[in-house]
Amino acid sequence: MSEAVAFDVERLRADFPILQRTVYDGTPLVYLDNAATTQKPRAVLDRLAAYYANENANVHRGVHFLSAEGTENYETARRSVQRFLGAAHAHEVVFTRGTTEAINLVAHGFASRLREGDEVVVSALEHHANIVPWQMACERSGATLRVIPALDSGDLDLHRLGDVISTRTRLVAVTHTSNALGTVNDLRPIVEAARAVDAAVLIDGAQAAPHAPVDVQALGADFFVFSGHKTFGPTGIGALWGREAWLEALPPYQGGGDMIDRVTFERTTYAGLPAKFEAGTPHVAGGIGLGTALDYLMEIGMDAVAAYEDGLIAYAEERLAEVDGLRFIGTPQRRAGAISFLLDGIHPYDAGTVLDRLGIAVRTGQHCAQPVMDRFGIDGTIRASFAFYNTRADVDALVDGLAKVQALFG
Amino acid sequence: MSEADRRQQALVDEFAFLDDWMLRFQQVIEHGEAMEPLDGALKTDDRLVRGCQSRVWLDAGSEAGTFHVRADSDSQLVRGLASLLVRVYDGLPAEEAASAELWFPSEIGLDEHLSPNRANGLDAMRRAIQSAAGGAV
Repeated sequence: MSEAVAFDVERLRADFPILQRTVYDGTPLVYLDNAATTQKPRAVLDRLAAYYANENANVHRGVHFLSAEGTENYETARRSVQRFLGAAHAHEVVFTRGTTEAINLVAHGFASRLREGDEVVVSALEHHANIVPWQMACERSGATLRVIPALDSGDLDLHRLGDVISTRTRLVAVTHTSNALGTVNDLRPIVEAARAVDAAVLIDGAQAAPHAPVDVQALGADFFVFSGHKTFGPTGIGALWGREAWLEALPPYQGGGDMIDRVTFERTTYAGLPAKFEAGTPHVAGGIGLGTALDYLMEIGMDAVAAYEDGLIAYAEERLAEVDGLRFIGTPQRRAGAISFLLDGIHPYDAGTVLDRLGIAVRTGQHCAQPVMDRFGIDGTIRASFAFYNTRADVDALVDGLAKVQALFG
Repeated sequence: MSEADRRQQALVDEFAFLDDWMLRFQQVIEHGEAMEPLDGALKTDDRLVRGCQSRVWLDAGSEAGTFHVRADSDSQLVRGLASLLVRVYDGLPAEEAASAELWFPSEIGLDEHLSPNRANGLDAMRRAIQSAAGGAV
């Protein structure tokens, strides 16, 4: 069977109602802002509606039928996350509001372990959510933040790892895939360098999880975080995977119902994993919807998704390279999801506004990654970001749109 | 009709013949190109308008009760939009500039630029101009 038959993109597109809609005056939508958020398949939309229509109840507490059923469905979704990540145990999966909350949860716990003289390492390619929580942890503890530098290609300068990671390093937090440039980082040497000095490793998988298979055990990291809404699931839900020993060692993030074992006014003991980190009524519908989204992805097969997207990205790079006056921002060795570029003499905002009127949704600006822009000495980029439901026709529409942009502003 | 309304009506009349959004964008850009650039020395952080994805500088003040405003941006489109606001507000009595209602953008199909989640911040520019005019009254 050829790859084209195995991966029927038109059949998959039909699963996404929003991809059929038009914008402005009947202009077909070309959605190339998947790094910001992905669209939702009908399976997820139907699952959310079914939950609220037939199953709504609070979980983990009630003895009644609906509560027991909801609890089972919520925990089934947790097992879907476990399978999607290749985690050893379901109780190593903590539902969070998303990537940002997951990182904050770990950073909050780590802040109590850090001492003056300790160091936390991030990379030059991080978005703000994997910088600011560590800055806050460093401020609270007196530790220092250090940065793995990036090359002009948009790859990390791994030759400098030895300068940045040292025996003072307590944790390395690094993105798997850059949201701003699309760089897929070579994580192995980073994890090995951290391991060599007994530092923990957190992988920000928000931009990696939608594009290729994830195996947290093979990655060798201690924490992996991702967002539901970037993996074709609902907003307001995401997950933290952590090694059991680390999750046991970290203090709770928030206090309240569901995370307790026993409460008296003198002392509270905490529940076991994962409840210890899930205070309050959880986002039950979101968790169940995320489970459905991941089941949907696993049914397509993340290997098939990765193979299709690799071909699509290569085509997009090739077509965009034909555009006179287009400058790629970042030409990394491995790329997934996103391509950032600038047009000579044209402000990204101007390009994005005209593309928008043509029905082409791209992102312009700093992409919540100001230090990446500073590294390249620019104010922002035009970013086209792809998912498995995008096609070569979408790429062609973008290239035609850029010609119109140049005609207007050139 | 107030002077601000008269100026806005003139803009509406000018754009009325342009029935295609590309032509309207073109016209906005040409207005921006025709506006005298702000002197580099005036492009200071304290003149930046907050809430714009592109950079927009406003230089505003009043003299003998008359409000003056000039603008610039690194985006051609935003510079064009800013030039339309300058055309409406510059030279008005400060009191009128502080209170004039801005209605021409919706009349000429630029209303989406007034939406709060539009990053170019036409509305942010309007608020900055009216705040400066209010301070000058």
